[in-house]
Amino acid sequence: MIRFASTSFRYGINQPWVLRDVDLEIQEGELVVVVGPTGVGKSTLLKCINGLVPHMSGGEFSGDVVVDGRSIENHRPVDMADLVGYVGQNPSASFVTDRVEDEIAYAMENLGIDPVTMRRRVEDALDVMSLPELRDRSLGELSGGQRQRVAIAAVLAAAPKILVLDEPTSALDPGSAEEVLSALTRLVHDVGLTVVVAEHRLERVLPFADKVIVIGLHGEVHIAKPEEAMERSPIAPPLVELGRLLKLDPFPMSVRDARRAVVDLSAKLGSTPIPPERPVGAESVIDVRGLDVAYGSLRALDDITATFASASITAVLGRNGSGKSTLLNAIAGLVEPTKGSISIRGHVPFSLGAKERNGLVGLVPQEPGDLLYAQRVDEECTTADHEHQLEPGTTKRAVTNLVGELDEARHPRDLSEGQRLALAIGVVTACAPQVLLLDEPTRGLDYCAKRSLVDQLHGLRDDGVCVLVATHDVEFVALCADQAIVLAQGELIASGPARDVVCHTPVFAPQVAKVLAPMRWLTVDEVEEALWHS
Amino acid sequence: MRDRRPHAVAWWIWAGLMAATAIKVTNPVVLVCLGAVVVSVGVLRHATASRGASLRIFVTLGLVIVAVRVAFQIVFGQRIPGHVLFTLPSVPLPSWAEGVSIGGPVTAEALITAGIAGARLGLIVLCFGVANVVANPRDVLRALPGVFNEVAVAITVALCFVPELAHGIRRVRTARKLRGRPATGIAGMRGLAVPVLEDALERSMDLAASMGARGFGRVRIVPSSRRSVLCGILAAGGILSLVVGIYGVLSQASPIHVGPELVLVGALLVTIGILGSGRRSSRTHYRPAPFGWRSLICASSGAAVLVGISILGALEPTATSYSPYPLSWPLVSPWAVALVAVGLVPLLVSPRVDVAVASSMQRPQVRAEVRA
Repeated sequence: MIRFASTSFRYGINQPWVLRDVDLEIQEGELVVVVGPTGVGKSTLLKCINGLVPHMSGGEFSGDVVVDGRSIENHRPVDMADLVGYVGQNPSASFVTDRVEDEIAYAMENLGIDPVTMRRRVEDALDVMSLPELRDRSLGELSGGQRQRVAIAAVLAAAPKILVLDEPTSALDPGSAEEVLSALTRLVHDVGLTVVVAEHRLERVLPFADKVIVIGLHGEVHIAKPEEAMERSPIAPPLVELGRLLKLDPFPMSVRDARRAVVDLSAKLGSTPIPPERPVGAESVIDVRGLDVAYGSLRALDDITATFASASITAVLGRNGSGKSTLLNAIAGLVEPTKGSISIRGHVPFSLGAKERNGLVGLVPQEPGDLLYAQRVDEECTTADHEHQLEPGTTKRAVTNLVGELDEARHPRDLSEGQRLALAIGVVTACAPQVLLLDEPTRGLDYCAKRSLVDQLHGLRDDGVCVLVATHDVEFVALCADQAIVLAQGELIASGPARDVVCHTPVFAPQVAKVLAPMRWLTVDEVEEALWHS
Repeated sequence: MRDRRPHAVAWWIWAGLMAATAIKVTNPVVLVCLGAVVVSVGVLRHATASRGASLRIFVTLGLVIVAVRVAFQIVFGQRIPGHVLFTLPSVPLPSWAEGVSIGGPVTAEALITAGIAGARLGLIVLCFGVANVVANPRDVLRALPGVFNEVAVAITVALCFVPELAHGIRRVRTARKLRGRPATGIAGMRGLAVPVLEDALERSMDLAASMGARGFGRVRIVPSSRRSVLCGILAAGGILSLVVGIYGVLSQASPIHVGPELVLVGALLVTIGILGSGRRSSRTHYRPAPFGWRSLICASSGAAVLVGISILGALEPTATSYSPYPLSWPLVSPWAVALVAVGLVPLLVSPRVDVAVASSMQRPQVRAEVRA
């Protein structure tokens, strides 16, 4: 169906090769997952399939990609529109119209499909992505998960033979992600659609994959069955790591496989006590009482009461739009509470001046790049020193402590996602705030970058900082959080030690916990240590 | 619901004709009636609750226009002789600045003239505001013939881009606030503009990619034929005739006396030209809203008001126009009021706004959560 024949590509003559002599073939009706560390060219590979690379990107291209008999050499993306449906990383940037129904019909209108067929296909696409009740809504009002589903429905309706998706679940909470993925699997099974998907959170997509394409750091590409690919992939979800640790055979690709394989392990681990809860700092740093925040008629937060201790990491969980970001913004003093109070060590963050606030609480927003505006890394650090009236070199030290030396002459936009996040955290923590808030920090991070972030946060926690992380990423929570709270519709519905909270429901449970339930192990490291002791 | 409402184009035609009527009228009583008619249609037949809420903005804008016009007259306006109400301290200006003055005696006549001029301008803005409230302008764009597709898409994208840009600016400002850096001054503007523009550029690349990948611009290639050249000439000639005709109709002091005829001929030529060239596009339309009898009545009610008021103005000038010399009460003509009331006819042919739908639209986020 899709054949890459010694395809090579780079963005400019002097740039390194992104893809090098790629030879691979994808069969009809397969669901293929593209795996690789951040920035190795997963998106580039995907864009080759409908000719966005090289037709839209420019750059140097050699070899050929043939899709269902059409070579991208002489077919522009427009000419592939009836064959390949492409959904980019940011679905809301791809919307052309403003209503759900019109958006879904847009591609078909361009292809000149007759109105009767068009009407039927729109209805089908709405059903497949469970969107019927949103059909008349404006796209601007939708939540992240709904937008993602609309974007997929919009390409599906044109009835392509191939669907290409770039990180379709990265912005979604676990529930919505599962919904999107199961809709895709249904399409693969029922319609024989070929799906190529790039994803960082392998734990979500691996169970559905027929083949895995692994891209290495130097542009080398292999395609294999998931079991084989995962045995040597540099990027692996916890389930695979567990499989490697226990040398499971057959190699588990789903929680169900793994549960069957580890029966005897359960007996062995059953006698070992789970690690004790890590003691948090004695004093409470943030004190939230009866907090309400309303935007117009919408109540974003409803009567929240909670305290957060020093030297602790608390995960803030909940689905898209449940009020996680609002809670962080309120604690950071960006939003005024409608009712109730927030105090950080006796100060009210909203009424503080910038300087006192920065010494008390720091927030890293969803898009860490927003915090950075200098042209070079070193310039960014000196500006931050200057702004916060710190001793010259303080910010630089903070950044170096977190991630080691960064290339000083680089533009912050050219750093990898993980490095940029670390730079933003460094800039914020240079003022030594007692509270650090992170909004959805793991978006676009691969497992290595995530692990590095965990180490950074643990370092800050050991210095006594109270850290709050709003996230959808349960594996990340399992690795780093001590405490967790869950929000739903602006209300606080659960709080307590992270282990209790995430093991309580299957939606939030990390893979290891699902495999070893009812025992409450969270990470592969914990299991490894326990086996070592027993 | 979809079929029982007049077509968006019909609403915009109605509003445009009401605005045209406002230009022809100087009688304050008629102007007030016109305002009342368009506002009540806006209140009773808004398309969605959020659009209904924006009506208040347009009413305020209209009133601000009147106030500004009057204020300018008081401070800078030409000194019109008449009944002096009060006198402002004046600044003598050199002789070349004739026609402009600062301060001086303010007369009742000057205020009335300025108020009427402001009211006409405000009313035109209000008419298009109400059009925006009762029908989404994008539905008008969607209804344009195939040849305008590229233009319509460009406008739609631009309309979506504005809120996105505002969102981007808000995000960056928040981030700057987090770093405790003021977003003012030249350095502040640069810090704000660079990330926002970078963002916008990235978004537009994404959008272009998405539109390309979804077949935008996939038209059947038809070689330029004699017919398409003819269509082009027809359309261009038609537009010229339309422009001159509209000028003739609307301007009181124009030397063109065949305005209405020119408008008709122009409209005909443009329609033929557009329909002729529209055949070239292979694009299809998804669920085009029908332009049925309701739409026809809605649009013609606007035309009836304009034509009726024009005829009345010709027969009995004081019914529609008013001059403060001598200072007197304007004539309240029952004919004029009745004619303006014809503008309410769209109320009869469109369904009442469903209250349940309206209230559920106000809380989209909450519903979104339940679903997600």
